[in-house]
Amino acid sequence: MLDVGRHPNIELLAYSEVEKVEGQAVDFKVTVRRKARYVEEDKCTGCGACAEKCPTAVPDAFNEGLGTRKAIYNYFAQGIPSTHTIDADYCRQLNGKKCGICEKTCQADAINFDQEDRIIQLDVGAIIVAAGYDVFDPSLIPEYRYKEISNVVTAIEFERFLSASGPTGGHLDRPSDRAVQAEIAGLEKRVNKSQRALEKFEKKYEEGSGEFYKKYEAGQYKDDEDYKKWADKYAGHPAIVETLSTLKRKVETFTVAKRLAFIQCVGSRDFRFYPFCSGYCCMHSIKEAIIANEHEPETQSTIFGMDIRAVGKGFEEYKVRGGNKSGISYMRGRVAEITEGPDNNPVVTYENTHERKVESQEFDMVILATACAPTKGIFELAKILGIELNKYNFVKTSPQSPVDSTVPGIFVCGCAGSPMDVPESVAQASSAAERAAEMVFQSQSEKEKAVA
Amino acid sequence: MPDMKDEDIRIGVFICHCGSNIAGYLDMEELSEYAEKLPHVTFVQRNLYSCSEAGISEIKKGIMEHDLNRVIVASCTPRTHEPLFRSSCAEAGLNPYLFEMVNIRDQCSWVHMKEREDGTDKAKDQIRMGVAKAALLEPQEPIMSDVQIRALVIGGGISGMTAALSLANRGYEVVLVEKEKNLGGMLNQIYKLAPTMTDASALAEEKIRAVTGHPNITLFTGSKVNAAQGFIGKYQIDIETESGIKKIDFGVILIATGASVYTPEGLYGYDGQRIITQLEMERLLKKGLDQGIKNIVMIQCVGSRNEDRPYCSRICCQTAVKNAMLIKNQIPEAKISILYRDMQMYGVENEELFRDSKAKGIRYINYDSVQPPEVESDKVRVYHALLGREMLLPADLVVLSTPLIAHEDAVEISQLLRISIDENGFFLEGHVKLRPLDFATDGIFLCGSAHYPANIREAVAQGLGAASRASIPLSQGSVVVEPIISVLANEDACIACGLCVALCPYGALEIQKTEKGEKVHVIDVACKGCGCCAAACPQKALDITHFRDRQIFAVIEAGGAEAQ
Repeated sequence: MLDVGRHPNIELLAYSEVEKVEGQAVDFKVTVRRKARYVEEDKCTGCGACAEKCPTAVPDAFNEGLGTRKAIYNYFAQGIPSTHTIDADYCRQLNGKKCGICEKTCQADAINFDQEDRIIQLDVGAIIVAAGYDVFDPSLIPEYRYKEISNVVTAIEFERFLSASGPTGGHLDRPSDRAVQAEIAGLEKRVNKSQRALEKFEKKYEEGSGEFYKKYEAGQYKDDEDYKKWADKYAGHPAIVETLSTLKRKVETFTVAKRLAFIQCVGSRDFRFYPFCSGYCCMHSIKEAIIANEHEPETQSTIFGMDIRAVGKGFEEYKVRGGNKSGISYMRGRVAEITEGPDNNPVVTYENTHERKVESQEFDMVILATACAPTKGIFELAKILGIELNKYNFVKTSPQSPVDSTVPGIFVCGCAGSPMDVPESVAQASSAAERAAEMVFQSQSEKEKAVA
Repeated sequence: MPDMKDEDIRIGVFICHCGSNIAGYLDMEELSEYAEKLPHVTFVQRNLYSCSEAGISEIKKGIMEHDLNRVIVASCTPRTHEPLFRSSCAEAGLNPYLFEMVNIRDQCSWVHMKEREDGTDKAKDQIRMGVAKAALLEPQEPIMSDVQIRALVIGGGISGMTAALSLANRGYEVVLVEKEKNLGGMLNQIYKLAPTMTDASALAEEKIRAVTGHPNITLFTGSKVNAAQGFIGKYQIDIETESGIKKIDFGVILIATGASVYTPEGLYGYDGQRIITQLEMERLLKKGLDQGIKNIVMIQCVGSRNEDRPYCSRICCQTAVKNAMLIKNQIPEAKISILYRDMQMYGVENEELFRDSKAKGIRYINYDSVQPPEVESDKVRVYHALLGREMLLPADLVVLSTPLIAHEDAVEISQLLRISIDENGFFLEGHVKLRPLDFATDGIFLCGSAHYPANIREAVAQGLGAASRASIPLSQGSVVVEPIISVLANEDACIACGLCVALCPYGALEIQKTEKGEKVHVIDVACKGCGCCAAACPQKALDITHFRDRQIFAVIEAGGAEAQ
């Protein structure tokens, strides 16, 4: 990213979308919408002071909604460009409320609430589509109960749990346990609030709450709105304190997740959704299991899959090493169902195909290796570019011309063309760049010949 | 400027607030007062944002008005901002290598947000260390070297031909060296290609025609590279051709030497007749199968995913499924069973082929590696791991799926060009994820099965990709290298022991004869400044510019000194 941001030959138009493409190979005219950030790109230094002071918290898309960010934000810490953006859906100022704190905080004078979308025109010789993919939504598979069972997460969510910059700082705290922690934080606030209210009454009437309540119950106080409030507050207080201490005792028994199940082919190799193999998921499950084991050496993982497709350079060796050294066992079979057992533990039911038995096993957490789904935006983009998609909605190519789309001058690389891992994507990016350069060069030399 | 007098050194220290990222957590006034007292420091200034236009112009103004000859910016991180500050110094007429960055944000204020006093003290230490280094900095000039605008492609299979054609189409002169008499490589031995069932020889012929007819491609078949020296931009290669040795200079080299198919001597009764490899199966299919063959058993992972060859050869499953489909086309009633451990039909097209093959009635039988199948005179005995019982499969023909193995020439080429091969004998790329088509050594690139088994789609894509990587130095015509490199600082001390030459990952060192006897010589454009050689040199003869021993020692000493 840094190299892209810094390269003198690259003009980076982040937070922008292609709206129209006219012309043909070597001579495309592209219309691009540069969406309003409400922050001046040339002034913002990316220091982040605005985000620190912004009062509005928003679910953090980068952390898969597992944490929060502010309404003025940088998508993630190392994001390039580091220019911040105001989320117009959440910003108080842009929604007519009084705020403008970021504007006051910004010492670079970069905030501009009046900024509007800008339309720009580009003349380009070739176009490369590198639009990537979407993560399959596993809540479409009812028997896996994603979203219903809190400790069933997707592989990409699990990545965030493993990351030191993620919502748990790299600890495998279970979502159900985190929910309890959040509840405790809420209750603590309520206890404090209730305590303060009682103190206020005590100060106002110069009497202890206990004393007052006894007399109130005995009918010694006349029916007054204020007294009633005081009495209700006092009566309700022990219940909140009790719930809080129960939860706090419960938290003491929490440990990080140590028994992990990884379920392969979630949405892929599945006729209901995507019949193809996503190619990279076996490896990311093995990787996540190995990292989890590095974080907590007692971690034991089971990877459930039909075939473990560790096909890249060094992958098979990595898989075997994971089994030998990182507590991974591989179970051949497809998981039929996930249910919730005691202590929010997911229970996985599957056929152990080598033993020909249906078995159930309880885990601390289940991680779903979700399919590589064609990105939602690809339909619109394909229409704008006039390129064909294949029957699975990836950009259509052929084995002999692996990065050529159906339109001359438009090339594709990475998962927009087919699911693939990082090394293959990187290699393909060079391939697409080569085809683009080759085409532009040939047309130039033809033109020169024609002139001569 | 080693001869610069101590009193002539004038250091300017610019301390950045980074908005409140630094100023919010450290005592900036204390820092600037402290910096003013440090030796050689003649100017100190604080900036709201040193990286903003205003901040940059303050730095330039400071250099000119105060005649500064060393600049320090104490701020965020060199990761993002060092290039900017260096170029700003250059714009003000100061050699950019007389700039030093001190990281008081990422390494100080951000980690000590709640320790204002201790954090400020640590930042003082950091600035004091930076000043100690800055006083000893030397100006450096970027190293430039011309690039011979000509590419050598070694290997005339699909990947090498694709790369050669692409570079030639972009106007570059290409020399293609093929060891065999004919181009085409593995394609020549294959019948049809999955998943489109394209005729392999038709594709080979099409590419061969394009290569042989291309005005920018010089072709040497029946030839090999037998001597090589040089570095990026200037490789001098001896090619042994049918008409003698040709000495040609190249700017870049592409390795597309492919791989070989493992012959399973002694495994499963391999005899090349009834028990054959998939490659031999391709030949039979090409000829047309004997209609008497009714029962065929294929065995996967023969000679791979075991102790001798622990890797998965990636493409044998697709080959088996493809050949099974082609057999069905020729003999529709043939019964075909594929005995497998995991069916590696990764991706969209392979999985589709796999599904189609099941619809055609091809049977898949899972076996466990601890209980492998046994080939008998007219049948194969296999323990079906999923049914839990032994099966006897009649077999007129047994086809063994053997892995691609590293080419026998790989070792020789790796030694000639000083490039690495991995534990399985395949060439080792520069970085598994980020530089899959490069070598650690600049100017040499990699594609196709020489890297790892690749199918047609992958081999073509990699050929194009390697061409793209190779075209970068060709299109620029020269290479510019950052002058932070190894230097022979003490020539007399060098005893030409060769330890550094053996350790250098980039082939940047060689032993040369000089007037003082044999000495090491640094090929500066090839050096990456990693410091391996300097760290290992038993004579302390080598040093890394910008990170010389005396500079590092000064920093360490300053770090140990108490803040005043």
